[in-house]
Amino acid sequence: MHISFMDERLEAIYSKVLKNSRLSKEDGIIIYETHDLIGLGRIANHVRRSLHGNQAFYIYNEHLNYTNICKNRCRFCAYAKDRGEDAAYVFSIEDIEKRLVMHLSEPITEMHVVGGLNEALGFDYYIDLLKTIRKIRPRVTIKAFTCVEIDYLSNLAGLSLEETIARLKDAGLAMMPGGGAEVLNSRIQKALFPRKIGHERWFEIVKAVHKAGIKTNATMLYGHIETIEERVDHLISLREVQDETHGFSAFVPLAFHSKNTELSHLPPTTAMDDLKNVAAARLMLDNFEHIKAYWVMIGESLAQIALNFGADDLDGTIMEERITHTAGATSAKGLTRTQMKDLIFAAGFQPVERDSFYNPVHRMGS
Amino acid sequence: MNTLHQLIEKAGRHQRLEKDEALRLYREADFMTLAHLANQRRFFLHPEPVVTYVVDRNINYTNICVSGCRFCAFFEPPGKGKGYVISRQALHEKIRETLDLGGTQILLQGGMNPDLTLDYYTDLLRDIKQHFDIHIHGFSPPEIDFMAKTSGLSIAETIAILKESGLSSIPGGGAEILCDEIRQQVSPNKCLSSEWLEVMRQAHLQGMRSSATMMFGHLEEDVHIFEHMDKIRSLQDETKGFTAFIPWTFQPDNTKIAVKKKTGAEYLRVLAMSRIFLDNVDNIQASWVTQGDKIAQTALFFGANDLGSTMIEENVVASAGVDFMLPREELVRLIQTAGFEPRQRDCYYHLL
Repeated sequence: MHISFMDERLEAIYSKVLKNSRLSKEDGIIIYETHDLIGLGRIANHVRRSLHGNQAFYIYNEHLNYTNICKNRCRFCAYAKDRGEDAAYVFSIEDIEKRLVMHLSEPITEMHVVGGLNEALGFDYYIDLLKTIRKIRPRVTIKAFTCVEIDYLSNLAGLSLEETIARLKDAGLAMMPGGGAEVLNSRIQKALFPRKIGHERWFEIVKAVHKAGIKTNATMLYGHIETIEERVDHLISLREVQDETHGFSAFVPLAFHSKNTELSHLPPTTAMDDLKNVAAARLMLDNFEHIKAYWVMIGESLAQIALNFGADDLDGTIMEERITHTAGATSAKGLTRTQMKDLIFAAGFQPVERDSFYNPVHRMGS
Repeated sequence: MNTLHQLIEKAGRHQRLEKDEALRLYREADFMTLAHLANQRRFFLHPEPVVTYVVDRNINYTNICVSGCRFCAFFEPPGKGKGYVISRQALHEKIRETLDLGGTQILLQGGMNPDLTLDYYTDLLRDIKQHFDIHIHGFSPPEIDFMAKTSGLSIAETIAILKESGLSSIPGGGAEILCDEIRQQVSPNKCLSSEWLEVMRQAHLQGMRSSATMMFGHLEEDVHIFEHMDKIRSLQDETKGFTAFIPWTFQPDNTKIAVKKKTGAEYLRVLAMSRIFLDNVDNIQASWVTQGDKIAQTALFFGANDLGSTMIEENVVASAGVDFMLPREELVRLIQTAGFEPRQRDCYYHLL
C-alpha cells in the first residue's frame, strides 16, 4: 500500500517495515518525535493488520489486588500504603475465597493478581492464594505476580529463583503480567523506585520465568520523567529478551497517572503521546505478537482509536480496577463484555473474545 | 459510479464529492484513510500548524422552552415553576467575569420562551452593548424563527432588528439534522430545515456571519448526515457566510431518546468526512465538550483546525450527564503537545 507522509523521515521507516527489516534506535526516536501522527499510525496499522487482520481481542477477566501494603513505596504510586495507614488493607485467604465465590456467576477466563510487598505475609500465603483460586475457579487461568513480587518471594522463601517459580507454578501460577518494569533504566530507578529491583534483576527474573515455561507480558510506564531515548532503549531491551526467550505474550504501554503521587505536579498523558506509544511499540517490537491498548489508563474512547494505531487487544472486563483509579483515572472501573464488543465493533473491527493465551473463547449464544 | 479507490483519489485531488460518493467513502473507506484525506485537506487549506480557540462564555438567558426536543436535558416547560429567565445582575456579572478572563465574546442562547417578546431580546442586546465592549454571538436559528413567528415579522426583518440592537453573529445551533423526517421526530416544535437555512441565508445576506453545527447519533441514518452537510455546502456556495462547521454527537443520558452513545471512532469518521465534503467551509471545530480532551486532541489530525471555546460556563451538555472541563491552559497544552501553535481567535477566526 502506498502511504504519503507529511514527515518524510517516515518514508525510510515505512520501507524498512515493508522489507521486514528491524528498526533501529534512531528510527525509534523519529517515531516518538514526529508530528505526523496519521502517517505514523498508518505504518503501525499496516503491521497490525498484516498480523491480525480485522480482529481485535479482549478477555473476560477479573483483577484481584490482595494487598496495598508495600515496602517499596515507589514515588509514582498512589496505591501503596504503609502498614497501619488508614486505607491499608490485606485480604486474608478467607476474604479471597469469599470474593471469588461472590463472583462465581461471572464466566471469567482469567484472574489477574498483583499486590504490594507486604512483610506481614509469608510465602505460604502466596501458595495458598494460588491454590484457593485454583480450587474455586479450576478452569480459570491464574495470571499473577510481577517480577518484583517474584524477586521478593524468592528472598522471603529463601529459595532459588528457579525453585520459587517452580513452587508457584505447582500451586497454579500459569502466566505473569508485565508490571513492575516501569522504565528499565538505572537513572529512573534511582529517581522513582529506588527500593524496587533494577533492570538487571528484572531481566534475570523474566528470563527465568520464561525458561520455566511461563509466558509473561511486558509493560512500560511512560509520561513521567523518562526521555524519548530511554523509552526507545526500553523497547529495544525487551526486543532483545524476546529474541532469546520468546516468552513475552503482549506488550502493554502504561500511561502514568500522577494524582495522589509524589509526582502530582505532572500533567496527564495526552492522546498524542498515548497513540505514539502504541504505534512505537507495534513498530519497534517486531517479535511481539500483541500490543494492548489498556483502556483503564488511556480511556475507553482512545483505546478504541488505538486499535488503528497498532493495538490489537483492548485488555479485559477487569470488573474492579483499583490501582490506576487511586491515581485519578477517569475511566470506568470495569466494562461488560457487551461494552467491550460494542467498542471494538464501532471501530470497524471484529471482536474476538480470547483466553490468556489468545485462543478464541466460544460461548453459547454469543 | 467510481470505485472506492477512485473516490479516495478524487478526494485526495481536492475535487468536490457528490453526496452519494461521500456516503460511500464514509461507509467503506478505512478509518486511517479517512484520517489521511481529512488531515491532508486541513493542511492544504491551513498550511501553518496553528490550532485556534476562542475565549468565551455560554450564557443561557432562559431554560424555559416550548420546543420539547426529545434529546434535550436542559429545558423546562413553561408554567412548571422550575424555569428561569436570567436577571440583569447575573448577566452583567457573567459578562464581567468573561472579560476579566480575557474573553472576547459571549454565546447567548436560550429556550423558545413564550413569555418573552421581541422587545425582551432587543433590550437585552442594547443593555449588554451599553455596558460592555464584547462581541455578541447569539440566538440560533430556531430562536430567531420563533421570535419572527411570535412577533409577526419576517425573518429578514427580525434579523435586521436584532442586528441593529447589537447582535454581531449567529451560532449554528439547533440544526440537529437538517432533514425534516428526522427533525420532526427529535424536535417536534422546532423550525423546519428550510426555515433554519432561511435564517442563515438572511443573516448572511445582511452581512452577518454564522457557524453551522450538526448533532448526530440519535435517530438519523448515514444518508441524513450527508444530506445535512450537502444543504450546508449549497448555502455556503451561495452566501459564503459560514465561518465553521461543528459536528457533535448526541448525548443520550437524561433524555427521551434511548440509543447507544456514539463512540470516539464514529465521531472521528464523521468529523473527517465533514472536512473532506465541506470543501467551501474553512474551519472545522472539534467538540471537546462532547468528546473529552483525548478524542478532541486526536480530532486535530482528523480535519479539525479549531478547538472551539474555553467554555467558561456550559450548561446544556452538562445536563445530559457529560462534564468535561478544560481550562485555557489545558486547551493550550493539548494543542502544543500535538505539535501545533495555539492561537486565540475572535468569532471571525481572525487571530488575536
